[in-house]
Amino acid sequence: MTTTTAPAALAPRQDRSAPWLLIAVAVVLTLFIVVVPLIYIFWRALSEGWGIFVQNILAPDTLHAIWLTSVVAVITLPVNLAIGTSAAWLIARFSFPGRKALLTLIELPFSISPIIAGVCYLLLYGRQGLLGPVLAAGDVTILFALPGIVMVTLFVTSPFVAREILPLMQAQGSEQEQAALTLGASGWQIFRRVTLPNIRWALLYGAVLATARAVGEFGAVSVVSGAIRGQTNTLPLQIELLFNDLNTVGAFAAASTLTLIALVVLILKTVLEGRTA
Amino acid sequence: MKTRLTTALALVLGLASPVAAQDAILNVSYDIARELFAELNPVFAKQWQEQTGRTVAIDQSHGGSSKQARAILEGLPADVVTFNQVTDIEVLAEGGMVDENWREAFPNGASPYYSLPAFLVREGNPKSIDDWDDLVRDGVQVIFPNPKTSGNARYTYLAAYAYALETNGGDHAAAQEFVKKIFANVPVFDQGGRAATATFAERNIGDVLITFEAETGGIARQYADAKLERVTPSLSVLAEFPIAVVTENAEDKGTAEVSKAYLDFLYSPEAQRILAQNFNRVPDQAITAEFAANFPDVKLVTVEDVFGGWDTVQQDHFAEGGILDSVFVNQ
Repeated sequence: MTTTTAPAALAPRQDRSAPWLLIAVAVVLTLFIVVVPLIYIFWRALSEGWGIFVQNILAPDTLHAIWLTSVVAVITLPVNLAIGTSAAWLIARFSFPGRKALLTLIELPFSISPIIAGVCYLLLYGRQGLLGPVLAAGDVTILFALPGIVMVTLFVTSPFVAREILPLMQAQGSEQEQAALTLGASGWQIFRRVTLPNIRWALLYGAVLATARAVGEFGAVSVVSGAIRGQTNTLPLQIELLFNDLNTVGAFAAASTLTLIALVVLILKTVLEGRTA
Repeated sequence: MKTRLTTALALVLGLASPVAAQDAILNVSYDIARELFAELNPVFAKQWQEQTGRTVAIDQSHGGSSKQARAILEGLPADVVTFNQVTDIEVLAEGGMVDENWREAFPNGASPYYSLPAFLVREGNPKSIDDWDDLVRDGVQVIFPNPKTSGNARYTYLAAYAYALETNGGDHAAAQEFVKKIFANVPVFDQGGRAATATFAERNIGDVLITFEAETGGIARQYADAKLERVTPSLSVLAEFPIAVVTENAEDKGTAEVSKAYLDFLYSPEAQRILAQNFNRVPDQAITAEFAANFPDVKLVTVEDVFGGWDTVQQDHFAEGGILDSVFVNQ
């Protein structure tokens, strides 16, 4: 065994300017990439006064977009919770053929661009699509209506809950559940009394992330919504349309609403992170 | 408590779905026509009620017209389309959604209004930009979007090319050299028309913005403080705004009659006046005379006459490795 001296690069440095330079670069970048645009949204939204701001938010089309976006979020949340929890439970607690495949499948929407999800839906459920004739025969409307928007949002947001609780369930192991089983608890009792309390904060955290994504989703929804004003326009689509109409204040007013939702989510997320850690 | 909740819910739902009208049609349109149809639709609704005693709700969908055409093929239940590109209705006709002879179904080649690429310059026109040949001068900064991504900019490209052909006795090499010089004077190519407008009017970059004449009026109004001035060149390319009934959907939904009436209405003096007020040129002679000040004389050429139609233009100019690629150097 031979000993070697540490290379010069690992020796303590005397020059202290490099760290400060790096910190300065980071601060300036953060300022211009995140902070300034955020403040600018509110500044522009209020640039013509509170009256105009409120008037823009209360414009029927914008109000409907806020309403539609909320409806989509409210529908997707419980579905996401149910699917995410069952999938994580299945993967963490059981060993079965195709377990790895299921795990990959759950994470797939993370790696697929939302626009591709939208286009796939178009090719599958569209009039000329694979299932189009069947749906038309049954008089079922999916695309360019609420069902299509909800489905594509589910596709995009589905990994969040499972991804948050799966590592936790795997780390905790199944000893407590097995103990409950030997004490005679039923499956539902085990889930409600043992599993759920253990994962609740991670579950909430996943729900918050999924909801934030559902509210803000643009690409996939843009393809399947049809952008009918006052009917299938979600808030992010409405913002783009207002901007294209040269209605800058209206666009920024709607954008500030979306930003507020995002900030609330961010605060919730920070609080929850403290709990899960 | 429960009743209060129900009332609140009813209120919210009521807000979401206005009182159902007796007739309802969906007008699927291009992306910047919202204000225009917001002005036109109530006038038609009033006329329809007077004529038939029935109420009509007109829903609007706006987006890039190629994307809209695709959506209709996949099931977006449009009753009528009001587009800004002939080719996008052709796509619908090929897909069996629109009658093959759609151009004969309404007057003026089924185009109730039209426009052309024109200029918007700074207050007082300090660089004295009056025509296309002023755009190749040194020190003139020209703003229009990227012709690779924007239909609007393709019209600009074609108009500049057509002007150069005209002034050079049909010499294509000279025309390409001319267009190349204009491209060299463009400091930044934005994705679309609205982004280019922001570059010119909000970021104050450039001496001249090129976009549809119909747009220049609205932009000048929007940025009234900047006192931008509209300039119409001596020659430009006709840009049509074609319309059609989506027969497949309208017959299915029983809205064929109201759909046709709606599109006929666009040719009525009332509608033509609203269109002209928004800086669109219209076929109605009386209305044109009324707004003569808005529409300086211009020699209009068509894509068919100069370039042999949209298919040929696509092949020769816009396809990968076409003429556009050879003159368009994106700095």
